[in-house]
Order: sequence, then structure tokens, then C-alpha cells
Amino acid sequence: MSFVQNFPFFSIILSMFSGTICSVLPRKAAKVVNLAMLTIVGILSACVLGFTVASGESYTFMMGHFPAPWGNEIRAGVLEAGMALFFCIIMILSIVGGTHKLDEEVIESKHSLYYVLLNLLMSSLLALIYTNDLFTAYVFVEINTIAACGLIMIRESGRTIVAATRYMIMSLIGSGMLLLGICITYDLTGHLLMLNIKEAIAGLVVDGRYPAPLLVAIALMCVGLAIKSALFPFHSWLPDAYGYSTVSSAAILSSLVSKGYIFLLFKIIYRVIGVEIFNNSRIIDVLFIFGLAGMIFGSVSAIREKDIRRMIAYSSVAQIGYIYMGIGMGTEFGIVAAVFHVLTHAATKSLLFISCSGLTDVSNFERSFIPLTGSGYRHKVAGVAFTVGSLSMVGVPLFAGFISKLLFAEAAVQMVGSGKMLPVLIVLGISTILNAIYFIKTVIRIYTPVENSEYRTIKMSEVKLYSLILILFIILNLVLGCNSDPVVEMIRQGLGMFA
Amino acid sequence: MGSNLIVNYGEAVAMILFVIGFANLLLQNNLIKKIIGLNIMDSAVYLFLAEKGYIVGRTVPIVVNGVQSVEAYINPIPAGLVLTGIVVSVSVSALMLSLTIRLYRRYHTLNLDEIAALLQKEGL
Repeated sequence: MSFVQNFPFFSIILSMFSGTICSVLPRKAAKVVNLAMLTIVGILSACVLGFTVASGESYTFMMGHFPAPWGNEIRAGVLEAGMALFFCIIMILSIVGGTHKLDEEVIESKHSLYYVLLNLLMSSLLALIYTNDLFTAYVFVEINTIAACGLIMIRESGRTIVAATRYMIMSLIGSGMLLLGICITYDLTGHLLMLNIKEAIAGLVVDGRYPAPLLVAIALMCVGLAIKSALFPFHSWLPDAYGYSTVSSAAILSSLVSKGYIFLLFKIIYRVIGVEIFNNSRIIDVLFIFGLAGMIFGSVSAIREKDIRRMIAYSSVAQIGYIYMGIGMGTEFGIVAAVFHVLTHAATKSLLFISCSGLTDVSNFERSFIPLTGSGYRHKVAGVAFTVGSLSMVGVPLFAGFISKLLFAEAAVQMVGSGKMLPVLIVLGISTILNAIYFIKTVIRIYTPVENSEYRTIKMSEVKLYSLILILFIILNLVLGCNSDPVVEMIRQGLGMFA
Repeated sequence: MGSNLIVNYGEAVAMILFVIGFANLLLQNNLIKKIIGLNIMDSAVYLFLAEKGYIVGRTVPIVVNGVQSVEAYINPIPAGLVLTGIVVSVSVSALMLSLTIRLYRRYHTLNLDEIAALLQKEGL
């Protein structure tokens, strides 16, 4: 066994330990530990990615001393390692991009706790990505929820506590359903490791035994994870949670936390249920329809919103809808598009949240649209970054969002003859127009010149680190948008390893 | 179908309890009642697991008197899962209760709708 194969385990345990250590460190040291951990985990994930791409196959890693049907395992392939690397990059950029606001948002004595939460969040995300055991996945789903709740409520105001409570209630409903689904699956199959469950489920389907419990288990797991990742109509907690938490928290919550659950859903579909069985169940149509509905209603809510951050938050509902639509198509192309959209949305939404904080800074911290008029001139780099994010979300060529929309459309065209092709294309078109309405409206607003503005101006040289982060975000977006072929190829290879 | 329901009455009770807890967590306005609902829901899952792990006529999976046959013991894994699940549900209950205390100190009510109305008034 090669030494690199230990790295997924190292990265999980490293982020967990650094979380515990941060709780006793002063805030500067905690910040250094956090960033060092993220960098190291990023490098380790890159090594695993290189190793799996070179070897062309995934591998399982035995945790403890008990072999396959009894022990616990983690598993790494191209998709897992790539996702871990990507999550690390987004996490570093989001944290550094929000540091200058942290002093205003969080009282000083709680800064090290903030880093504890971030480290725990990272460890649970990594565990969700790598785990090969369903019950372990459940435990880390809960850790993820608790850490995310902490990230929302660490900025102490009435709004955030209510938002955290609402978030917890919806999340707990989701995880209760997930837990029951996992328990029923365990009772049906007698296994907890994904590969064994898949074999057992295939056997059950061939024999035609227990069709109803199996369907219930699939439904509970899928719906549970859908609730947790804020699929329409379970999104009521989302605008408050994203709109009033700290800037970094909003960026991380929207781009990583919900994606962790979606990634687990991909794993469950491919490695637990099996694509064929999932496609033949009715659950896929439910996810498909709610995905389509989310694409429309999320955008409509965003258009009606008067607060820029809540508008971006509602846009997330629409984007999550895209991802579920991709899952619901039930073809490999659809899933590839959905995974690519996970990357696109993570890269773009965090960019939007971070750049939006710069725009509100030069508008007297007001978040409604009138004070924001002309803010693109007062804070140039944030204006440019927000424009890039908006164009990417709308789906203008050159940017990442275009590629994911193209992939969705291609996936739909591949499905000629199935009843799902037309709805996908029509809703994709409508949703793009709706996206354009609210994003382009905002971009025009921030670039409408105002005479004798009384608001202050921030130059790029005053906020060097923040500008650097925004530029890196823009580059990441352009890389995904202009150089998407290797990424798509990697996703395809990774999904091949999943099965 | 009905006969299975009577044979598996333990599982049926667990499912009814799950739905009761679920409905309470979702529909109650009072935060404490929501948390009680959460605990009923989680306990129902543990009851379900324990019920599924038990095999009539067998004993606790602890080797005494040198009996090592698998046939003699019940399945120990659900017990382990229940323990893990209890730890998780205790920690989320604690978190929910601490959130409730925060909200009560700030708004002097446990009703989530009233709190939402007060928030509107604050106009943050």
C-alpha cells in the first residue's frame, strides 16, 4: 500500500484535532492553525487526487482492524479527492475574504471559537466526502449541522438566533428522516458498508422481496438530504441564515455545507442504492419536479427581495434546484452536469457573498438597493467581482455558470423521447431569464453613477488582501469556465469509479 | 398485510411514535414542545433499531459459560448504533435548548411566531 493512500484519513483526523486545539488557543494562533490546517489538507487532497488519477482506480482504506463486512472504511477516488481539494480552496478563500469584517461581526473573545467551528465543519465535510459507511455518514451529517448552526449564531443578534433555530429545526427533521432511512436499509440488508448494502439491495430487487420498505428507505434518505440541502419547498430557513450571519459564514454555508449533503446524496445514489434501482423508483421524479419548481420559485423570490444579501440567498434556492434537476434526469450526463454545477455554484456564490460585503461597506452598511446605487465605482474591485459572479450565475460564456447550463442542456437533449427533455429545456430557459432579471438589475444598479455621493470610497490599495481574494475567486471562475474539459473528464472518471 | 402489523407490533409502535414526534417538531409553535417532539422522534428510531436487533429466544451478546455459537446471541450492532445515536441526539437537544434559552432571554416568549413578529417590529 502506498503512503499516499493514508492521506484521506490524515486530513480528516488533522482537521478534527486542529478544531480541538483551537479551542484553547488565542485568536491569532487559532487563525494560523486554521489556515495551516486547510492548506495542508488541500495539499494532501491534491496528492490523493494525483494518485487516483494516475492509478485510474479508487481504493478503500480500512479503519481499525476489522475487514470489510464488519469494520469501518473510508474510500477515495478521483471525485472524492477532487471535491475535498475544491472544498479546501473555497474554504480558504471564503475565510480570508471575510476576516476584515470579523472584528465587527463577532465579539473578540469568541474568535477562537469561530475557528473551532470552521475546523469541525471541515472535518465533517471531509468525512462525508470520504466515508464508505452509512452510519458514519449520519454521525458526520449531524456534526456538520451543529457546526453550521454555530457558524450562523456566532454573530449575536436576534435575527441570527432565530435563523439558527429555524435552521436547526429543519435540519433535525431532515436528519431524523435520514436516520430512519438508514435504519430501515440496515434492517433490510444487514450491512452498513456501502458496497455490501448495494449488493444486498440488488439481490432484494432481483428476488422481488420487500419492495415497499426499500422504496420507503430510498425516499426517506433522499428527502432527508433534500431537506437538509434546502431544496424548494424546504428552504424557508435559508434566506435568514445566509442573510444575517457573518460574511464568511454565509459564503461557507451556501457553497459548502449544502454541497456536503448533496455529495452524500450522490454517494447514496451511486454506491448504496445503485443507479438502476434509483432510476426505476418514483423518488427520482419527485426530486426532478421539486428541482424544477425550485429553479422558478427561488428566482421569483429573489426578484421580489429588496435586501441584496437575501437576494443572493434566494438565488441559492434556484441553484440547488438546478442540481436536483440534474439528479432527477436520471442519466449519466445529468449527474455530470449536477456535479459540475456543485462546483460552479460553490465558486460563484461565495464570490457573490464576499464581494457583496465590499459593496455594502461603501454604502454605509445598508443592504437595500437605493444606497447601493453607484457602489461599483466606490469600491472598484468588489464591483467587478460582483459583476463576474452575476454573469456567471446568469450563464454568460467565459464564466463557470455557462458551462453548467450548457451541460444541463446537453444532458436534456441526450434524453430525446423521454418526457423530461422538454420540461428541462423550458424551465432552464425561464430560469435563466429570471436569473438575468435580478442579477443584471443589481449590476446596473451598482454601476449607475450618482452625483455628489456622501458615501465613502474604498481604494484597492486599502484592502489588499480582500482584493487579492476577489481576484483569485474571479480566476477560479474563469478557469472553471474556460477550461472545463479536464474538470468534466475528471467528474466522469470519478463517477465511473463510484459505480 | 394486517397480520404482519400485529406480529411486528413493536415496529408499528415505533413508526407511530416517529410520526408523532415528527409532527410535533414540525407543527408546534412552542420551542420546548418542538424539542420534546425531536426527542420522541429520535427515541422512536432507537426503539425501531432495538426491536429489529432482538431475536426471540436468544440472549445478550456476552460470552459466558463458553457458549460461542452465533445462534445463541442477539445482534449486537443495533445496540451500538443506538448508543451512537443517543449521543448525537443528546448533543443536538442540548444545542436546541441553549438556543431556546437565548431566545427566551431576548424576547421573553417561547412561541416562534411571536418571536418572528417581534423581529419584524425590531426591523433589523
